[in-house]
Parts: sequence; structure tokens; C-alpha cells
Amino acid sequence: MTLAEHKWTMVVDLDKCTGCGACVVACHAENNVPIVSEEQTIQGRAMHWMRIERYWEGSYPEIKARFIPLMCQQCERAPCEPVCPVYATLHSEREHLNLQVYNRCVGTRYCQNNDPYKVRFFNFFDPIFDEPLTQQLNPDVTVRSAGVMEKCTFCVQRIRRAEERARLEERPLADGEVLPACVQTCPPGALVFGDLNDEASAVSQLLSGNARQFKLLEHLGTEPSVVYLKGGTSYVST
Amino acid sequence: MSVREIESQSTQDTVPEDAIATDSLRRRRLLLDPRPATRMSADVLDPMDRATARFWVAFVILGGLVAIWGVTWLYQMIWGIGVTGLNRPVMWALYIVNFVYFIGIGHAGTFISAALRALKIEWRRPISRAAEMLTVFALTTAAMFPLVHLGRTWKFYWLMPYPNQRQLWPSYHSPLLWDLTAILTYLSCSVLFAYLSLFPDLAMARDRTRGWRHVLYKTLALGWRGTEREWATHKAALNVFTYAIIPVMFSVHTIVSWDFAMAIQPGWHSTVFGPYFVIGALFSGVGAVIMVLALLRKTMRFGYFLRDEHFEGMALFLLLLSMAWAYFYFNDYLVPWYGQGPAEKAIQELLSHGWAAPLWFLMLFSNILLPWATLWSRRIRRSAGALFFISIFVQIGMYIERYLIVPTTLGRNELPFDWGIYVPHLPESLITLGAFALVGFLYVLISRIIPLIPVWEVLEGQMLHGLRRIGKAVVQTRAEPEE
Repeated sequence: MTLAEHKWTMVVDLDKCTGCGACVVACHAENNVPIVSEEQTIQGRAMHWMRIERYWEGSYPEIKARFIPLMCQQCERAPCEPVCPVYATLHSEREHLNLQVYNRCVGTRYCQNNDPYKVRFFNFFDPIFDEPLTQQLNPDVTVRSAGVMEKCTFCVQRIRRAEERARLEERPLADGEVLPACVQTCPPGALVFGDLNDEASAVSQLLSGNARQFKLLEHLGTEPSVVYLKGGTSYVST
Repeated sequence: MSVREIESQSTQDTVPEDAIATDSLRRRRLLLDPRPATRMSADVLDPMDRATARFWVAFVILGGLVAIWGVTWLYQMIWGIGVTGLNRPVMWALYIVNFVYFIGIGHAGTFISAALRALKIEWRRPISRAAEMLTVFALTTAAMFPLVHLGRTWKFYWLMPYPNQRQLWPSYHSPLLWDLTAILTYLSCSVLFAYLSLFPDLAMARDRTRGWRHVLYKTLALGWRGTEREWATHKAALNVFTYAIIPVMFSVHTIVSWDFAMAIQPGWHSTVFGPYFVIGALFSGVGAVIMVLALLRKTMRFGYFLRDEHFEGMALFLLLLSMAWAYFYFNDYLVPWYGQGPAEKAIQELLSHGWAAPLWFLMLFSNILLPWATLWSRRIRRSAGALFFISIFVQIGMYIERYLIVPTTLGRNELPFDWGIYVPHLPESLITLGAFALVGFLYVLISRIIPLIPVWEVLEGQMLHGLRRIGKAVVQTRAEPEE
């Protein structure tokens, strides 16, 4: 049985996002992302595979906060991929995913330089998980060691598990069966995930003819798999 | 007429007793001022035997700094790259700056011994060995830095082009592998080239030394006897190398520049980077050779070999390269400035009136203003002390240039949320210090082992050059060696 091709896509509705950060926490819990100390964070070494970028517009009292949840954009033509000398980051043609093979990485850090979204994270030190966080490490995900690069995988372990279950039950994968941790958690439902190849999927429905859609830094030609939705005038005001 | 016949005629027969004109010419030009071969060999070999107090002080200080590098590197490997000042987005910093800088220094040796040999510029004869040695040591030091830089240094062999147990090769899509290939090619070529031109001098040293030195030179000279056939083969091999290594030299810094130019990072993605880096490399390299020559003349008593004419020639190249560098820098600056792309604009604002402005202006002063303002003067061009001082500024300027290209540019990118500033920490500062020390250490060490003046080249040059009186004028003559 050949595995079906998927075009995994994430839709981020900026008009719904409240910047609550639940996705960030969910991602940390699901993917064993270490919590970096305050001192390290000040040095610019915070690690969040999913982060909320906050931009301020205007000045008080006419000030607006804009939130952009940012994770690996899983580009079709990812600039980070060709520069890796050891294929630690490479493209999955079948799933249209940008894979990261931790145990192949030697830490040249070229991928991060060439990543315009800066969503790749380097393990400057061996990760430290304070008690009782060690009790809740996800066994499906490697705990990365010092000197390797890591990034959002669209929760590839969940994709794999759902695929395997569908295969055992000899049925195609249903829409909504794969939920990355951030999508599962998002309280206002600003994140939607699915297969763009499946015309009936929620993402396909949401994106077809939707005038609000755009991709981040589209002019670079990276063809991201993350689509943002944004209305002309909506914003979150303080 | 063969070289031998020229020698038998010797300049003494033809030079008139016109003392003033000939004396001044001889004082100025090494190739017109012949000395007996035995004396010349002694001039080169004797300082090698003297381990003065100054030598030991340099040896211990530089060796200590190199040892500190080793310890710091170990510390970094044990704890992780986090002991440096790197952050997100500045993932490449001082180690890559050092890498580019030392590769650049490594360009001068080839430039002097290969390019100037090909162009038949005769005054380069006594300085070629010193420059070649600098090339070899700078390249060795530079080649360490990709390893120091790796997150998992102990896995460096995964970058070597052979397949792993699952038949996966390293990816030649990555400029880093082009880089590795280019540098290993250049390093092996430079070592072979330097070794090739050493044979006659090693044989000379073998014949004039005893004890461990004799054994060492005997081994290294590979039985060189100086027969007609050996000289012919030697010349043919040197010719092949001379012409083969020039394109390699150009390719190396071009490929180093591609590590940056191939990236999508604003400020790096520039098509002019290739030639711009090559010129920058030659500029800093020629400056470094001038410093080495000045030090050698002072410490090894090479006053007979290294004369003002050599400093003048090198200073002229320094001036020309400064102008060429300014030309390329202007090109590289103007295009993004005209384009006013938001990220490029942020980078240029950082340089002209951001925190990087003092560095930027110091770079422009050192690389353009100072050389242009001084090197037009013949008196300065002939003063080793002044040139040493100017060359220090050239080194500072070119180091800053790489610093501005690597960590400073990386701090600015498309999304302002991810901007950052890199501040070097102690470990990488110590390792950088250790890198400069390593070049010096190897040089100090080799100055007692390898004849740093190519005696055979000087002798050959003196055979080919002479003085002849035509009417009342004394003119220089130059013979072409038999092909």
C-alpha cells in the first residue's frame, strides 16, 4: 500500500488570534522544547518552536498591538534546506514537509542564517528540564542534545501516528484526524490544520476564494505552507 | 646563452669602475649586489641557529596563547556553543570572521610567489618564501575555525565527502562543502608549492649543517644534488604549479564569499561578493606580508636580502589593492543603498549612524583614508616602520570589514522582531587571540627550521641581472634564462 500524498497546511487567522500564548505552551509540552533561563532569554536564546511576535503600531493612546503567531513555515522552496551540508534538514516530497533530522545535525547553523523567518532554534547547551517537567516528556519526540538545530515539525509524530492508525484500519486519513498541539489548544480556534490536497478539508474550504489570505514574506518566493488570514481593518486594540 | 655561461662571465667583468652610480644602484637593488653563495647561505642559515632570549620570550608567550586556545576549545566542547556570545539571529560570529580573515591572509603568499613569478616581477625573489610560509600557516589556522565553529565538533568528519554506512553522502548543494573542497585544495596546493620551491635550499642547508639539522634537511631534500636534469624538472614543475595555483587562489576566496552571497540574508545576497572578497583578501594579505617582512628584517638580520625596494614594491601593491577594495566596497554599498530595501536600509543605517558606526568609520579610515593619504609618498613607501604601522591599520580595517559582514549584518533581517546584537564573550575572544598567536607561533618555530629566504632564487636572480656601461651611462641588464 503506497502512502497517500498530503499537502499539510496550517491556516492562522490573525483576526481571531488574541495573543494568549496557549499554542506556545502546548508546543513546549508536546515537543519537549526546553525552557530557557531568563538570563539566556535576555541574550536572545529563547526557544519557542511556536512564538507570538508582537508588534506595536502607532503611539499612545492610538496604539495597536498586532500579533503574529510564527512557527516553521514548512516552505515548499525552503532556503534552509539546500545550505545544510549533511542533509539534517531536507524536504519530504510526499508530505510537503520540511524535515529536521536531529542526529544528523553537526551544528553549522547555516540553516538558521538562511531562514528568513528565524524559526530555527539552536541548542546552545544541553537542555535542562526542571522537576517535575521530566515526568511529562513526550516519548514520541527526541530530547535534543547540545549543538543541534531544531524547529517546528507540524507535530510530525502526530501525523505519523494518525497515518498508522488509518493504515491499520485500512481507511484513508480523515480530515481533522491530525491535529498539531498548537491547533488542538488554540482557544479562539485561530489555527486550522489539514491537507490542502483534500478539497473537502477544513483548510481547503477556508482558503478557497478567501480574500483575507496572505503568506509571510511572500516576495522571497519560499512558498510557505502556513497561510495567514487578515482582514483590512481588524486589529486587537488595547 | 645558458645561466651557467652568464655566471662565468660574471657581472664583475662588465661593470665599469664608475663607483658612485654603480654603488648607489647596488645599494638599492639586491639583484645587482651579488655576494658569494657561501656567504649568502651563511647569512640565511646563521640566524636560524641563534635561539636568542627574544626568541624564547616569543615562543613562550605565543605558545601559551595557543595552549589557552586549546583549553578554551575543550571547555566550549564540554559545555556547548552557548559559552560564546552567539544568539538568535546571530548564529555566525567571531569564528567565521576569523575564518574569512585568515583565509584572506593566506592569499598573499600565492599572489607573491605565483602571480608575481608569472608576471616576471623580479624583485619578489627574496620575499617569496616568507610569504608562502605565511600562507601555509594562515590557511592552517583558518582551516581550524569551521571546526571550532561547529555545534558538534566531534562529528566534523560527517562533512567529509565520503558516504556514511547508509550510503548517504554530504550534500553538495551546500556552499559549506564547496568551501571545504576549495580550502583543502588550496591548502594542499600551497604546501606542495612551498615545498617544491624549498628543495634547493633544503639541499643547501643539508650540505652546511651537522647533527639533527643535517638529518632533517637530508630527509626533506629527497636527495637533491643540483644536476642539470633536476633543475630542469624543478623549473618545469614550478611552472606548472605557478599557473595552476593562481586560479585556485581566485576560486578560494570567491567560494568563501559564496557562503554569504548564496544566502538569502539581506546584506549578504550580493553578486559582487566574489571579486570583492578576493581583493579584500589580497589587500589584508599583502599588508600581513609587509608586517612579516619588517619583523624578519629586524629580528633575523636579513637587511641584505630585504631592502627598501621590496617594501616599496609591496607598498605600491598595498595602495593599488586599497583602491581596488574601495571600488568594490562602493559597488557593494551603492546598489542596496539605491534599492532602499527595508532590511538593507536597516543594515546601512546601523553602519552609518547606529551602534556600528564607530567600527564602520574606523574601517573606512584604515582601509581607504590612511593608505591613500600616506602611500603616495615614496619616502613612506620605503620606510619599513611606517609601512608596519599602516599595515596594522589595514589588518584592523579588514578584520572590522569581516566583522561588519558577519555578525553585524546577521543582526538585521526581514522581521524586526528577530533583530539582535552580538557581543563577543570571553571564550571566543581567547580563541581569536589564540588564532593570531598560532600563526605567530608557527612562524617563530619555522624561522629556526626553514630558510626563510630562498637563496637559490636570489642567486638565480643575481646571475640574470647585471650592470653594463654604455657610453658614460651605467645601465642595468637582464638576461632571460634558457627555456
